[in-house]
Amino acid sequence: MARFLTPKALRTLLPALSLAALLAAIFYLQPRTMSYFGLNLLLNLAVPIALATIAQMFILCVNDLDLSLGAFVSLTACITATWLNDTPLLGVLALAACVVAYGALGALIHLRNLPSIVVTLGMSFVWTGIAVLILPTPGGSAPEWIRTLMTLKPSLVPFPIIASVVIALVVHIGLMRSAAGTVLRGAGGNPKSVERAGWSLLRVKVTMFSLAGLFGVFSGMALVGLTTSADANIALRYTLLSIAGGILGGGEFVGGRVSPVGAVIGAITLALAGSFLSFLRLNPDWQIGAQGAILILVLALRLLVSSRERRI
Amino acid sequence: MQSAAPLVKMSGVEKNFGAARALTGVDFEVNRGSCVGLVGHNGAGKSTLMNVLSGVILPDEGEVQIGGVLLDNGYDPAGAARHGVRSVFQELSLCPNLTVAENLRISHPSIKGIGWRKAARKVILDELDRIFPGHGISPDTEVSSLSIARRQMVEIARAFSSVTSKIELVILDEPTSSLDQNSAAQLVDFVRQFVGKGGSVILISHLLGEILDASDKIVVMRDGRSVAVDEARNFDRARLVRDMGDVLAENSEFGARSGAKREGPPVVTGPAEDEHQLVLYPGEIVGFAGLSGHGQTEMLVRIFEAAQGARGPIVATDRAAFVAGDRQTDGIFPLWSITQNIFVSSLERLKKGLSFDFERAEREAQDWQSRLSVRTPDMGNNILSLSGGNQQKALFARALGSDAGIVLMDDPMRGVDVGTKQEVYEILAEEAANGRALIWYTTETDELKHCDRVYVFREGKIVAELSGDALNEANILGASFEKEDA
Repeated sequence: MARFLTPKALRTLLPALSLAALLAAIFYLQPRTMSYFGLNLLLNLAVPIALATIAQMFILCVNDLDLSLGAFVSLTACITATWLNDTPLLGVLALAACVVAYGALGALIHLRNLPSIVVTLGMSFVWTGIAVLILPTPGGSAPEWIRTLMTLKPSLVPFPIIASVVIALVVHIGLMRSAAGTVLRGAGGNPKSVERAGWSLLRVKVTMFSLAGLFGVFSGMALVGLTTSADANIALRYTLLSIAGGILGGGEFVGGRVSPVGAVIGAITLALAGSFLSFLRLNPDWQIGAQGAILILVLALRLLVSSRERRI
Repeated sequence: MQSAAPLVKMSGVEKNFGAARALTGVDFEVNRGSCVGLVGHNGAGKSTLMNVLSGVILPDEGEVQIGGVLLDNGYDPAGAARHGVRSVFQELSLCPNLTVAENLRISHPSIKGIGWRKAARKVILDELDRIFPGHGISPDTEVSSLSIARRQMVEIARAFSSVTSKIELVILDEPTSSLDQNSAAQLVDFVRQFVGKGGSVILISHLLGEILDASDKIVVMRDGRSVAVDEARNFDRARLVRDMGDVLAENSEFGARSGAKREGPPVVTGPAEDEHQLVLYPGEIVGFAGLSGHGQTEMLVRIFEAAQGARGPIVATDRAAFVAGDRQTDGIFPLWSITQNIFVSSLERLKKGLSFDFERAEREAQDWQSRLSVRTPDMGNNILSLSGGNQQKALFARALGSDAGIVLMDDPMRGVDVGTKQEVYEILAEEAANGRALIWYTTETDELKHCDRVYVFREGKIVAELSGDALNEANILGASFEKEDA
């Protein structure tokens, strides 16, 4: 028993255990959620959050922080609900330009050695500004194919669960298992030694920021697929949710220590925390605070585990 | 093997860092199939020379040839790797967030495609088994959870491992500093095997026994020059220590200060069970010597903490002030004026009612300016307007201007010009005469001439206390390099 429950294993399992505990509590409070339809409803909005969390995780992996992600997802949601629906070619081009812009930001941050927090904080106003220009009032409509995809009803397992598993696995294989992903993570752990071994840190940064942009675009598209319309502020809270989700899932702010599976689990946990508090009939005014309390609780647990690890 | 052209040929290599001359025309050769031991005291230029060879820094003058190919300005670490030069540096260069096998992949781009993990695992495990039989390291362990010794083993094994790239020369800079004796002996055996198969190794170590065992040829460096090059069998411990030291240095100046009177109780006392107990009396200047990174700075910090009231084996009965050696990171407040930088540790003393006595601070700043001859038109100028040496004077003024009875100096003269040094030496002597107790960690043996007593550190412990006639360069070097069996 003691052999399997090493602090390291505990730390890896902590995100999954927190999610399981939260799910158990929800099922206990509201047994009707324990059905195909119930789970679908509970987890639907977790998919765009999971995608945004993965995007943030790429940035965290190279020791940066993205404070513009929520504004960026809002912008891509606006593009999806307008141009991508009305003139698909223009929409695709605009979304591709968003990804390229993210990569360019990565290059700028690396070449000028700027603090990513400042650059992305500034860019968040740019993204929101463009979003307001594209969609001044809430509206637009989701392209039919995205709507169909997001409301799929596969037999047996609800779509959000399948989607989450696919997202987690694809990124896990790409970043954690592949040879190229190893270099990307190594650049977060010890950039100097990676550079000495002959890899270009500029390429690493651009790759990571572009990937973050790509997943930010996916997140905006998924969000519109669920809500069927967009507005310029639709996803502003994703900035903090994605950071919290990434950290909750076992990631760390520095050192290239990230986990895609954990990030997806962390995102789902945060999405569920809201429902859990509603089932508790907690006054909505208190919900944000209570969500924060859950976050602090889980992080405190992790700190406890790691301090035990250090003692051993 | 002497007939073949040398693998590495460096001639007339010079490198200056600002005013400091790190290398002054070094000639250095490594033959194929041989191990060259490189020894020298702190700042002798060993690491700089190796950084030039591995492409990390470019020399100001001189040329480097590897395998008969002249390396021009475009030479960089990747270029070094193409020429088959690998390095294991003192600072660990593994990625702590990756596993052992993943770290191998970072330095071997040719490991890729499906099944790369299996291949990497096998390469690193084979190499570890070859160098350190019985190492007990799993290739799937994350590096951060390995002990320092095991990390060092992985790093060494990674440097010696070969996939498709060629490997001609491995530079080992203090490779055994955290290995136990058994692993260190395994490494020496392996180096001999590797050399026997035609590879070349450059070995830097402070364990002279290891150098004598492993090397074919030994190069002794001092003050940025190579001062002795000879077959290893012509060297012994005594000759190495003699060659490293400045034989002709005016040893007479040593101990010029010693014999200071000890009055009253000591202000700092170390743990009594230590072989050489640390004590410091008012009016004394005590030097900390030894190779850099052997626990001197840690000891200063512990004394400082004790002076602030931390409980521990060290007892300090007076307040302490710290003079940082690394000005840029530990010392100055870059946005503040010179005056503000000096008085940041005297805020309590210069209080006037609820506010700060700016006039008095200004007056005292003028005094310090004339006493230390800080070269500036106005002490209200930004600290960065001063040259490095004058910034350091401001830091001295900060420590000496406080009411602390103990002054701790952490290699404070790094990058300071000779004139400034002489001025500061005099001030320090004055302060000691006024009853202050000073501890001075320095990497420059010459500066120890200004101390009453010297503690020599090795591997985190005090291994010798020298004073009076015993305080000379030979004894300091001897104690710094002593080997376990000596």
